[in-house]
Amino acid sequence: MTMNIFVLMKRTFDTEEKVVLKGGKINEDGAEFIINPYDEYAIEEAIQVRDANGGEVTVISVGGEETEKQLRTALAMGADKAVLINTEDDVENADQFTTAKILGEFLKDKDADLIIGGNVAIDGGTGQVGPRVAELLNIPYVTTITKLEINGSSVTVTRDVEGDSEIIETSLPLLVTAQQGLNEPRYPSLPGIMKAKKKPLDELELDDLDLEEDDVEAKTKTIEIYLPPKKEAGKVLAGDLNDQVKELVQLLHTEAKVI
Amino acid sequence: MSRKVLVLGEVRDGSLRNVSFEAIAAAKTIAEGGEVVGVLAGEAVSALGIELVQYGADRVVVVENDKLKQYTSDGFAQALLAVVDQEKPEGLVVGHTALGKDLAPRIAGKLSSGLISDAVAVEAAGGNIVFTRPIYSGKAFEKKIVTDGLIFATVRPNNIAPLAKDESRSGEVASLSVDIKDLRAIIKEVVRKASEGVDLSEAKVVISGGRGVKSAEGFEPLKELAAVLGGAVGASRGACDADYCDYSLQIGQTGKVVTPDLYIACGISGAIQHLAGMSNSKVIVAINKDPEANIFKIADYGIVGDLFEVVPLLTEEFKKLKVHS
Repeated sequence: MTMNIFVLMKRTFDTEEKVVLKGGKINEDGAEFIINPYDEYAIEEAIQVRDANGGEVTVISVGGEETEKQLRTALAMGADKAVLINTEDDVENADQFTTAKILGEFLKDKDADLIIGGNVAIDGGTGQVGPRVAELLNIPYVTTITKLEINGSSVTVTRDVEGDSEIIETSLPLLVTAQQGLNEPRYPSLPGIMKAKKKPLDELELDDLDLEEDDVEAKTKTIEIYLPPKKEAGKVLAGDLNDQVKELVQLLHTEAKVI
Repeated sequence: MSRKVLVLGEVRDGSLRNVSFEAIAAAKTIAEGGEVVGVLAGEAVSALGIELVQYGADRVVVVENDKLKQYTSDGFAQALLAVVDQEKPEGLVVGHTALGKDLAPRIAGKLSSGLISDAVAVEAAGGNIVFTRPIYSGKAFEKKIVTDGLIFATVRPNNIAPLAKDESRSGEVASLSVDIKDLRAIIKEVVRKASEGVDLSEAKVVISGGRGVKSAEGFEPLKELAAVLGGAVGASRGACDADYCDYSLQIGQTGKVVTPDLYIACGISGAIQHLAGMSNSKVIVAINKDPEANIFKIADYGIVGDLFEVVPLLTEEFKKLKVHS
């Protein structure tokens, strides 16, 4: 069977960079943006499944114009098509409900066999969108997977559960979310980058999905963003190693009171 | 305004996880004087109901069914939604564990509700229930409220203090019969890798090793120290990538996020990727040969030295302390 595969991708702030606030928000000026690292596993897995079974990989993202860059990267890795659902002009208050609702509307008539996303985005860190989309589409899902084996319409998945592994049997259509260890995402090759320029990248807006802004209104609201208090440089002990160790144990016992 | 709030208790290996008691404390804050109702789902779990009461729940609803022996999102969603349907709560709290992360978004989707994931604090302020949660890999925090649906949150283990256990408390433990059907994903096998010893995400003490540990055997002194302190052993990505230990131990941006009372980093340089998983620990100790290592910048206490000398000395010293106290 040929597989109709969709990847849910998010463009994220590279959290390895310094985070500073500007006007009560995270300052994005000049910051590096990347494909959410867990979504890279999802893209890689989708490409591998397509190569093994035949079919097509479509990468979808909800975001603004700039997300085109990350979608092109996904195409350069080997995805066939990309779709940007541009909410820049329409959506003011978005949360995971918003994103899932939009993705669900887009996917509902696409006859997806397999939908893959990252298990969590490194910026917002909720991990909600995958299961919410599966719920909207009424298909089974398995989160934090480290292995995916497809045999006809039956699927065996290995799921990471806080370090233990569950071997799960399920079937297509299916949504899974990727955990580290699922694969080694490839880097886009030069020919891949050239080809990606000619691959279709469609742009849609809420109108195209028959959605109004009210339909996707966020159900949560951020009222404040702040940085954690800067930590004072700690106490580096000195002297004879035996004495340092004795001092440390005393400090943990009497000063920090954690032991 | 008082609210009725449900709390899903999570059972592992026949016991309730600590995060369930922490979730009850969060539910008490959300309830603002209203009723807190514990929920248990499983094959034979009703005997645990009273413990939820002892930690602050007013009563408990138990859904028992042999199809709930293992967690599946289909089975547990049916059980929890049946309780929601019966109780009509205004709030719902679940632990931010593998189970909670998997289940809560689906329940929120089904109920068309907002959901605040990975809350580390909750307070009633200005007529709202305000949750605090880390964002950007723990480099920033946001305060957030639910504006539509249930006041629904998952709470990160080890952050919200549970109420003291009160064995004199009593409350009803009632069962609700639910027909569990159409499980679309079935667990065939569970391969245990992480469950030996103390649960890393709930541990009060974590002893963590990095590349400086040098080999799989190099983790032995760390394990001995962890045993003395009743803690768990963790690792940096570097140690996992080098095959010194299983990825189930990895702490970091990829891997687990931990917030123990005491985090002892041994031979860990302190890359951003690692800090994202542990920087909110209450007290951080760094042991590293390199005085310039980044880990010393966020450590409360540091020893510059060889971990293979320092860690065994620490183990001995802690043993003495335990004997004296």
